[in-house]
Formats: sequence, C-alpha cells, structure tokens
Amino acid sequence: MNAPDRKRAFISGGEAVAIAARLCRPDVVAAYPITPQTVIVEKISDYVAAGEMRAQFLLVESEHSALAAVMGASMSGVRTFTATSSQGLLYMCEMLHYVSGSRFPVVMANANRTVAAPWNIFGDHRDSISQRDSGWIQLYVENCQEALDTLIQAYRIAEDSRVLTPVMVNLDGYVLTHTYENVEIPAQEIVDGYLGPFKPVNAFSFEKPKSLCFTAPPEWQTEFRYQQQEAMGAAQRIIAEADREYGRLTGRCYGGLVDEYNVRDADCVLVAMGSVAGTARIVAERLRDRGHKVGLVKVRSFRPFPKEYFRELGKKMKAVGVIDRDISFGYEGALYSEIRSALYTPGVSVRTINFIAGISGRDIKQEYIESMYEQLRRIAEGENVPEIQYPGLRWQTW
Amino acid sequence: MVKISELTDEELLYGHKLCQGCGAGIVARLAMKILGRKTTVTLPASCMSSVTTIYPQMSFFTNSMTSAFPATAAVLSGISAGYKAQGLEGINVLGIAGDGGTADIGLQALSGAVERGDDFLYICYDNEAYMNTGIQRSGLTPYGAWTSTTPVGQQSTGHRQFKKNLFEIMIAHRIPYCATASASYPMDLLNKIDKARSIRGPKFIHVQAPCPTGWGFPPEKTVEVGRLAVQTGLWYLAEYEQGRVSINLKPARFKPASEYLKIQKRFKHLTDDDIRVIEEHRDREWKILTNFVNLTEG
Repeated sequence: MNAPDRKRAFISGGEAVAIAARLCRPDVVAAYPITPQTVIVEKISDYVAAGEMRAQFLLVESEHSALAAVMGASMSGVRTFTATSSQGLLYMCEMLHYVSGSRFPVVMANANRTVAAPWNIFGDHRDSISQRDSGWIQLYVENCQEALDTLIQAYRIAEDSRVLTPVMVNLDGYVLTHTYENVEIPAQEIVDGYLGPFKPVNAFSFEKPKSLCFTAPPEWQTEFRYQQQEAMGAAQRIIAEADREYGRLTGRCYGGLVDEYNVRDADCVLVAMGSVAGTARIVAERLRDRGHKVGLVKVRSFRPFPKEYFRELGKKMKAVGVIDRDISFGYEGALYSEIRSALYTPGVSVRTINFIAGISGRDIKQEYIESMYEQLRRIAEGENVPEIQYPGLRWQTW
Repeated sequence: MVKISELTDEELLYGHKLCQGCGAGIVARLAMKILGRKTTVTLPASCMSSVTTIYPQMSFFTNSMTSAFPATAAVLSGISAGYKAQGLEGINVLGIAGDGGTADIGLQALSGAVERGDDFLYICYDNEAYMNTGIQRSGLTPYGAWTSTTPVGQQSTGHRQFKKNLFEIMIAHRIPYCATASASYPMDLLNKIDKARSIRGPKFIHVQAPCPTGWGFPPEKTVEVGRLAVQTGLWYLAEYEQGRVSINLKPARFKPASEYLKIQKRFKHLTDDDIRVIEEHRDREWKILTNFVNLTEG
C-alpha cells in the first residue's frame, strides 16, 4: 500500500493522548479534571468546540460519574473515552470493577501520579498498581509517541470480541503528560481502517432487550469470573497481534507485551515500566559499549502479565533487577512480586533485586541505574546485596 | 392526561421477588405502563434491582441494568449521551432508585446530571430507609421513626432528624420538571410520568412508596397508609414546571398525624410530644410550599 503523508507534531504526551482519542472517534467522552491529566481534557474540549471531534462530551462532577457515564454510553452501543489520574482513579475504583465485570470495551488514559497522603501531584505508579485486580488491561508507555500509538491499539484490543475488556493506558504524569516530543500522527484513514466501526456487543437492544450489569448469584459468579480470566488470557495474544498490525500500518510497534533491548545475549537485565525505560536504555547502551552484557526489558502489559516470557527469561539470565515506581507496603514492589513469581520454576536459580525508585516524581538518575546494573553484576558473581533497595534514599544504609 | 381505559394491559415488570404489598413495586409497574418498551431502566443497588435482575431471571421486559449505588444519574447521562450521539430519538432513559440511593449516596451524581441538563427521567421511590439492607435510616427517614440503626432504647427514641426536602433541592437546580407523588394516588402519578416523558432534559419525580416490611403494617394496607400520609399532610403532592410550583392535592383540613403514625410499628413508641413536633414540622413545610407557590405565581 502507499504510505500516506507522514505528519509530525511537537506536542506533549497529554496532547498526544488527546489526538489519539480524536483519531479513534469515540462517540461519548466523559471526564473530570485532575492534574496532570488536565491537558487531555482541555485539548478534547478544544477539538469538540472546533468541530474537529464529533463526540458528546460530558463534563461530569466527579471521576466516579465520569466512568459511570462512559459505562452508560457503552451500554447504549457507542465507543467511549475517559481520562484520569491518581485520586481520580481511586475515586473511580468502584466503577472500574463494574466496567470490567460487565465487559464493556471502555478505553481510559491514566496520567500516573502518586496517591495521597502525603499529598503530591507528581508521578509514580501507585495509583494504577493499586487497581491491579480491577479486571482492566493495564498498558504502560515509555514516551509520547508510544502513548499515542498505544491508545489507538487499546481500542483494537478492548473491542476484540475475544477480549471485551476495558483498557487503561498509563503514561507517567509530567514526565510524559507535560513533556514535548516530536510525535508522528497517523492519518485518520489508517486509524479508521485499523479499528473499524464500533461493534456493540454488550449493549442494549430494543429488538431483543437485555439486562446488563445484573446480579449473579453464587451459582454463577465463578463462571463469570472464569470468563474474565479467559478474556485476559486471550488478550495476551491480541495485544501482540494488535501491536504487529499497527506496526505494519505505521512502521511502529513495541514488542507486544514486553519490549526487549539487548536481551538475547545478556547476563543481567533490568526490568522497568513506563518512562524510566528510556533512561535505562541509555545507560544499558553505555554499559554495552564498555563490554558489559546487560539488557533491558520494558513491561508494556502489566495486566495481563507476561508470565511465560519471564519464565523463559529466568532460564537465560544470571541476575534480574526490577525497578518499581510503587511499593506494596509489608512486602515489596508490585512488579517485582509478579516477576519473582513468574521466575520461580524448577531448576531456575536466577538472582533478583528490587529497586524502589521514582516515588512521587523523584528523579531516577542515570547514576542510579548504573548502580543498579553494578548491583546485578555483583549478585551474578555470587556476592550478597540487600534484596530491596531504595536508590537515593536519604537514610541509605547499603 | 392519562385515560385509565386506554392504559395498556401489557406488564413490563413481572416475576419479581418484591415483598407483598410493596409500594415501590406499584410505582415501577405503573411507570412502565406509561413509558413502554422503548425504555432503558437503570437501577442502583436497591430493593428494585436485587429482586428484578438476578441472572438468569430478568423481571423487566425492557433493557435494564444495575448501576453502582452512587452512580444512577451519571449512568443515565451516559446512556442519554450515547443515544444522542447515534441520533436516536424517543427513547425513555429511566432511572428508578430508592431514597438512600437518591438523597444520600446518589445526590452528587443526580445534582451533576440535572445541572448539565441531560435528558432522562429519574424516579425516586421513597420508602424512607435502607430497606434492602434491613431497614437502616437514610436522609429521607422521617422524624421519630424506628429503624435498625435508630432503635428505641433507654438513650434513644428513634430517628431525630427531619427528612431532607428533595423537591426543593431539585427546584434549586431549576430543573425543567419535578414533582412529588404517591404510590397510593395512581392517577396523579401516571399523569406526572406522562407529563415528564414529553419534556426534554432532566425530570425528577419523588414518590412516597409505603413499605409494609420496614414500616410495620399489614401488606394489604399499603394504599391506605400512603393515602393517610397525604391526608394528614405529612406527604404532599406537588409539581414544579416551567418555573412554577403548584399543589395537586390540598386537603381541606389535615387529619391528625396520629391517624397515620399509630398504624405503623415504626412509630408506635412516639409520645404526644413527639406527635406535636411532627405536626409543627408539617405545618412549617406546608408554609414553605405555599410560599413557593405564591412566589412563583404569574
């Protein structure tokens, strides 16, 4: 096929998400403003006001209502969009489960920000990670381009009849929402072809009336939950397929569930989610130049979790380090727990470290990441270091 | 005006598990007779949802859904916006919620949806407590009532607050149409639903729905109890449309409040002093209502 005109724009991550949403042509958008998601809402308001986006835009009075309203719209049989962050995501918590449990293909952008208290508007993953079990597909992006591309992919994934599960696209607050990049914007006809028109499945019908979001007694709950789990299983394949197909159309794809960098012949890898992967890649590249066999794995899909991938990775690596921009108090970083669980198979003796970093907007400096790789080298060679580390902690004891 | 001879025999709500004599059941059944099949029903957690939408049995023969407890009005906004986006007309986007789901946990979403002017009909069936969870007090429980969280004991004489006035809260939004009604005055209720259906924008009807189980009276007395509420002046039938308040039924003289109160177990502990307090409050409420009528006249 002929490549359409390539259009580039110097825009923030928030604007990239808004443009992506516009390209996906949702019929109803409902949102409530919260920093640092506001750019997305404001841009969509501009598009609607200018007639560039033909959506019903509901300016609701809370995030709970934002998600309730898009759920209602989805039931009426249309494509929907919303965006939130942090406290707003927590306020939506109840509705997250309604939307996923009733299998509405809603797509939402979440501008990752820490949760109070202590109160703060800056980024970490404690908001979305706390909603791990809400039944949503959770995708994380590294840069503004990936935010735009992943949001478009999210509709294809959510609306796939084998999936019918809502998707949350997570982009780091400020580091991505408010940082400008040169972003390539796909042509409308590419996105139209990629997504196709919205095909309502779990929607009302006046020919054949339906009850949605019903009560399921104990005799049936397990079957509905099993179906949700099966859909997540299917999503593992569909996320990869959607990414490959998007790559075929635009020339950009991201490895599906995980994005690898120099992993094949590496001894030690760092695993990261979100924008810190960019910093880690630069450091890994520099260490490679110095002859260190290090790699990087970027987790794009936290739910469904790429368990099989990490199981295989564990067989090949001497040491795996996991950067968590969150912490599950009383245990460890949440991503670390998932990866440890996946690695734990007979005959695997890979050693691991958890780095709790980037909490609430704290910089994850290149020197921290260099130190992380250094720690991995040391455990690979049999040294002992603390399993959970806090790079940059004021009261550092290690 | 609705003609009873022209009212459909078709039942769109049946096979449910509501208690015998449920006032809310009367309200929902009558509403469906007016609104018909081209209706979507949104029910929050409530008696109504928990007895009508249990998989695989569905008691509403139209599209229906159970929403999160605080979310009824927001879901209505979304459904309405979805049909608007599709250019579909003539669909009744209906919400049926209890008093707690409306006046307590659902009030924020309701206020937001009414303020935005979204197109839906919201019916609050008011049985004056959280009946589905076992008769706990709500913001619409009347003064003096026993509930399972306002018990009568050495240190307590039942619920000690007066009902919030939802009708006035809605008037404060300058809503296109709102009304109060009663399950015991079906023609008044049917006409109000019919009128609401023809108006664009948000519509709200607050219907008193006696509850034999929670109030403590025999199930065959539902209509009688609801009528006594109106005849004693403890509940009024009024309307607000095009900026004007009107009273639909004005008793020439109120019956003594005790005639209504004494036939319900929830009020059996009330003293003469309590009843005096209730009557004084009633008179104040009527004065405010009458002032609204006078203020908005002409």
